[in-house]
Amino acid sequence: MSDEGQIMLRETFTVAGGDFSHAGRVSTTIKSMLKQIGFPSAVIRRTAIATYEAEMNVVVYADRADVTFEVTPKTIRVTLADQGQGIADLELAMQEGFSTATDEIREMGFGAGMGLPNIKRNADELEINSEVGVGTTVKITINAGE
Amino acid sequence: MTLNEVIHILDGELLCCDEKMSMEITDVCASDLMSDVLAFGTAGSLLITGLTNAQSVNTADVADIVAIAYVRGKRPADDVVRLAKERGLPVLVCALSLYEACGKMYEHGLAAGSEIREPQ
Repeated sequence: MSDEGQIMLRETFTVAGGDFSHAGRVSTTIKSMLKQIGFPSAVIRRTAIATYEAEMNVVVYADRADVTFEVTPKTIRVTLADQGQGIADLELAMQEGFSTATDEIREMGFGAGMGLPNIKRNADELEINSEVGVGTTVKITINAGE
Repeated sequence: MTLNEVIHILDGELLCCDEKMSMEITDVCASDLMSDVLAFGTAGSLLITGLTNAQSVNTADVADIVAIAYVRGKRPADDVVRLAKERGLPVLVCALSLYEACGKMYEHGLAAGSEIREPQ
């Protein structure tokens, strides 16, 4: 299913690694934009949660990321391409409970090893490509109908 | 019950969004772990937590949580309250423990606002 040619909305954002004071800004902005378009609330919620988890991963683990947000009549796609340490063992990182977070991250209420699994739960399609020492690209696709 | 009744039962203090006092609250989720709120919390719930940073507000926003009650007498910083106000998210503080606050909400008939799966 491809409707790439019918992009209704395309925005780009930047997320800075380590910038905890602005963490969540991209996902909450995307949520507001989807609300304005009028998508069903369950679709908006799934997109917002998946994006927020991915955004927090960038803030916690990467140096920076370019985020592309695209809406077509059938899909919502959020792609986060980061520059950073990458993921050494993706299969392990996808397991609930596995985390390499520091105590500082845990004190903020994160680092429970739920991030990637929770992105997967909320996305209809999830594609992750990672290279150690280079970075990770996370492509989240949500079907626009419920 | 209304948010106003929640505040009364928890003997709490509302820090913003007074206009939402009559909002209906039916479900509660409670956690200090925002990862779990995102994974298991349900839309429309009141979040009871001891975590008072900006990520509690962001988490509530993205997960469609309708209000936050901060427990253990913890008070969010002014910028966190400002963020909650901007998002239209009522936040209150109370001196109860997480356990006591949950117990009171449960006693008054509020349901569990979380989707827990079978242990794996």
